[in-house]
Amino acid sequence: MDKRLTREIRPFHNLLVATVALGALSTAFTILQLALFAKIVDRVYLHGQTLNQVEALLFFLLLAIVGRAALLWLREIAAQEGAVRVKAELRDRLFRQLMRLGPSYIRGERTGELVSTATDGIEHLDPYFGRYLPQMVMSVLTPLMIVACVFPLDWISGALLLATAPIIPILMIVIGSYSAKHMERQWLALSRMSAYFLEVLQGLPTLKLFGRSSSEAERVASVSEEFRTRTMKVLRYAFLSGFALEFMTMAAIALIAVTLGVRLLSGGISFFSAFFILLLIPEFYRPLRDLGADRHAAMEGKSAAERIFAILDTSLPVRLPDHPAKLSADALTIELSGVCFSYPDSALPAVSDVSLQLLPGTRTALVGASGSGKSTLVNLLLRFLDPSEGHISANGLPLTELPLDVWREHVALVPQHPYLFYGSVLDNIRLARPDATDDEVRLAADQAGAADFIARLSGGYATQLGEQGDRISQGQAQRLALARAFLKDAPLVVLDEPTSSLDPESEEQIRLALERLALGRTVLIVAHRLKTVYSADQIAVLDQGRLAESGTHDELIARGGQYARLAGAYSSVAAD
Amino acid sequence: MRTLTRLLGFLSPYRWRIALAIFLGVLTVATNTGLLATAAYLISAAATHPLLIELTAAIYLVRIFGISRAFVRYAERIVSHNVTFKLLGSLRTRLYRKLEPLAPARLADYRSGDLLARMIRDIEELQNLFQQVAGPALVALASSIATVVAFAVFSDVLAVVALAFLVLTGVGIPLLARYLGRDAGRRELTVRAELNAQLIDGVQGVQDLLALGRDGDHRQRIARLSDELSRLQRRMARITGMQQCLSDLSTNLALWTILLFAIPMVHDAQIRGVYLATLGLIMLGSFEAVRPLGRSFQFLERTVAAGERIFEIADSEPLVVDPAVPCASPESALLEFRDVSFSYGPNESLILDQINFTVQPDSRVAIVGPSGAGKSTIANLIVRFWDPISGEIRLGQHDLRDYAQEQLRGQIGLVGQNTRLFTSTLRANARLGKPNATDDEIEAVLRRAQLDELLQRLPEGINTWLGEQGMRFSGGERQRLAIARVLLKDAPLLILDEPTANLDPLTERDLLDALLELFQDRSLLLITHRLVRLEQMDEILVLDGGRIVERGTHVELAHAGGLYQRMLEVQDQVFALA
Repeated sequence: MDKRLTREIRPFHNLLVATVALGALSTAFTILQLALFAKIVDRVYLHGQTLNQVEALLFFLLLAIVGRAALLWLREIAAQEGAVRVKAELRDRLFRQLMRLGPSYIRGERTGELVSTATDGIEHLDPYFGRYLPQMVMSVLTPLMIVACVFPLDWISGALLLATAPIIPILMIVIGSYSAKHMERQWLALSRMSAYFLEVLQGLPTLKLFGRSSSEAERVASVSEEFRTRTMKVLRYAFLSGFALEFMTMAAIALIAVTLGVRLLSGGISFFSAFFILLLIPEFYRPLRDLGADRHAAMEGKSAAERIFAILDTSLPVRLPDHPAKLSADALTIELSGVCFSYPDSALPAVSDVSLQLLPGTRTALVGASGSGKSTLVNLLLRFLDPSEGHISANGLPLTELPLDVWREHVALVPQHPYLFYGSVLDNIRLARPDATDDEVRLAADQAGAADFIARLSGGYATQLGEQGDRISQGQAQRLALARAFLKDAPLVVLDEPTSSLDPESEEQIRLALERLALGRTVLIVAHRLKTVYSADQIAVLDQGRLAESGTHDELIARGGQYARLAGAYSSVAAD
Repeated sequence: MRTLTRLLGFLSPYRWRIALAIFLGVLTVATNTGLLATAAYLISAAATHPLLIELTAAIYLVRIFGISRAFVRYAERIVSHNVTFKLLGSLRTRLYRKLEPLAPARLADYRSGDLLARMIRDIEELQNLFQQVAGPALVALASSIATVVAFAVFSDVLAVVALAFLVLTGVGIPLLARYLGRDAGRRELTVRAELNAQLIDGVQGVQDLLALGRDGDHRQRIARLSDELSRLQRRMARITGMQQCLSDLSTNLALWTILLFAIPMVHDAQIRGVYLATLGLIMLGSFEAVRPLGRSFQFLERTVAAGERIFEIADSEPLVVDPAVPCASPESALLEFRDVSFSYGPNESLILDQINFTVQPDSRVAIVGPSGAGKSTIANLIVRFWDPISGEIRLGQHDLRDYAQEQLRGQIGLVGQNTRLFTSTLRANARLGKPNATDDEIEAVLRRAQLDELLQRLPEGINTWLGEQGMRFSGGERQRLAIARVLLKDAPLLILDEPTANLDPLTERDLLDALLELFQDRSLLLITHRLVRLEQMDEILVLDGGRIVERGTHVELAHAGGLYQRMLEVQDQVFALA
């Protein structure tokens, strides 16, 4: 994973090198600073020198101190710069990839997860790239630099340091993986606890209806208490790795200090060397200890990065043409021939061997039970997916030879649940043609039968929509989508009718708008209205991905096939 | 400041544990400083080649400090985490008691559905109150006093130098960084919120974006915000880097200044030379306590903000309150609405406008109308989740507001459109209706609610655990479970608020048939926008825009040429292939 990053994100690679280099340089300054400190104490204490005599040394110490601080600043800036660039680049690539993967990938329950990967997930990369990665290199480099200084002064202390050094990572791995598991469990328990509390708060109305809301307070207390005792049990083990590390470090310092003291007595070492080494030991262990501090945040960042790369590696559902063809047509004849499609996670084909012709100026109603392949067919027509077999052509030109944006300019989609973006009503309609004038937008809204309700909104066309904006009904949202379709003025219109009934006003307005929109265009409707089906020029009946039959209403009734049975079943329910 | 005082008040029940945690925290710093300082003394003293016996005490101290630090730190972490979780538990319980009377009128703000989710995050934020804010601050204070006292033993000047640098590092530099970063930090939050909103729009609206060919535009918009965010994050990095750099600088400058003042004192024999190294290391070691304060300042701001948000909601007055002297239980299930009007606030539009109707005991009334007509509000008023702004609602001989809420709700069984199941066993969910119901009783009502098939399918019967809000049940099964719950409750007045809204037409018919049969001898109020089985109602009220526009029986209304007839026609248009 780290290799992949350095390979794919060049600027980050360079910044990581710079961060490590600045880190190494600041370690060198630290060593220098400690040496000067030891030297000054040596001169003043053992050689009785005055302030004037150590003036030069004090001046150099000041330089070392300031230099080290400046290097730390630069290092932090370089490290953060790396993280900022990684985040910006991955954010852009992730979003582009999601747009390419399209709605057939971003659907259902996955949507929430993808949203949180694109928002929080990206920010989680910060501690991993900004801190943990450089720190990991430093945790090897710094001890090596220190040992290199200690050895020439005193090989015994150097050997002691080298002997204890591997024990720390080994201890950390052994206990660390053990306590990491415990830590994970604790985080999980904490999130479950929060989920429980959220559920209780959200369920307060239900609890009240059953007169149980006041007694639930005791349960909140007892669940919290239970959570505390369980977590404390876990933490007793989880803190062991910290304990072991701390114990090793401190015991090593004490051990080396006592040996140095005893050897000083016998004159086996100079005071300067002994004191300098004493000052160096904590620095030797410091990076290893720092590494543990951000561990959880860093691991969260690492799994976020892995998730992001998994999305970036997902293969695209559509093929882009090598030699893009051109298309510019006012009328479209769409031809589906032998179209098949299966989703990767399903054994059964979603669409199988469908052949169908859609002619300009005609309306085709697509009917079938839910799961019969209607929405897959819509996805194929808009090229959110490409057929696995067979092909779809427009005026004889296979869709796969067209660039996506060129093809989609020719299609207007009116979904069942149109998405309203954060922005005004005007902005939302204008999405269909950014250069449209206000009058053109109003005209489109008028044609879509949306003008009346827009006028009734609190701010008219300036009313804010989306999460924080005004709520509008499904019927109104679909009329806005129809307005987009009018504004876009594309030769092919694909409309997905709502499955449940809307308010009478919306029903009527949508029906009339559709009549206007259909004029002269090629229209495909995923139909849930009897009137729509009856009045269609062609009805295509899908059954488990196959085209069971097609024709006009009268033809199909006369055939006595599946459509006739469906229509019969419907009228019996209606009469019931 | 008031918020902080209130927040700190939450800590007071744990003062002894907190005192212990602080003591251990100071000891943690002291053992580390002690180890380095005594080691420095040991080496300094050894340099003059005394007898080994003169060093014995120092050697023992080094060993004791070296070994004890890890134990002290371990104990400190255990004690302080324990305090944190106790605090968290009591915060949850207290908050729950505050919120309980507010629900749902004050909580279910009809526009911000994530209010509760944010409160949960805010409470988690408050757990930092001790561990990241109060704890480190007190440890820093106590350790710094100890350090200054230790220096004062040698010289007053050195004590003043130590104090100055400790205050500078612990308070001065964090405040400076906060001051410099305030602007960028605030802008970063705004830009990040906007970027997130655009990302969410992009992901959720992918179908429309692609179909409209606007994916490229949207990507550019995100790239612009992303660049802006990067710019601000770079600025923040410069400031946090500066903070680290200054705090490092201040630590080492403290050592340097101590040397500067102590060297002449050594020369003048004011201080023995053997202590020079020790003094330097005490100075360096004491910063361990003040360095975490930078983080504490950040957490302080966040916990106070979280506290303010929580208090703002928790302190609001309940909209619905019990009377001082509640009446006894209603004598009959006669329900009357007299000129009832309702809106969510003084400046909001009327949801219900002068509603009048009566549900006689054992009769059936339906309220129908397009979505947004105010139908569900009627159910919410009857169970007193809200109170009307004018007019009165009577049950039996009294206004609803004359009964205690629990007593009133005990008379009403409500099945709503989204039945909430709790993460618990099927038994516990059913028992909401009757806390002491026996297993036999529960199984009997489940059967009556036509859940026998489900019971057989579940491996552990009524002991089966319902996962993630009972999602493993189909919509029809959930509604049947809701019915079973209401059957157990056995209340004289039954309200069905769109009980079939999320069901397919066949399940809808089955469920309604079951309901109408099971509750034959009850007063029943059916609220719906689907005109199914309404022939069985004694009266139908047609609601539109908060007013009753039509009333009568199904036969009368079906051909009256009004809204009811239009709704009926539209409904017959839907080509339903379930």
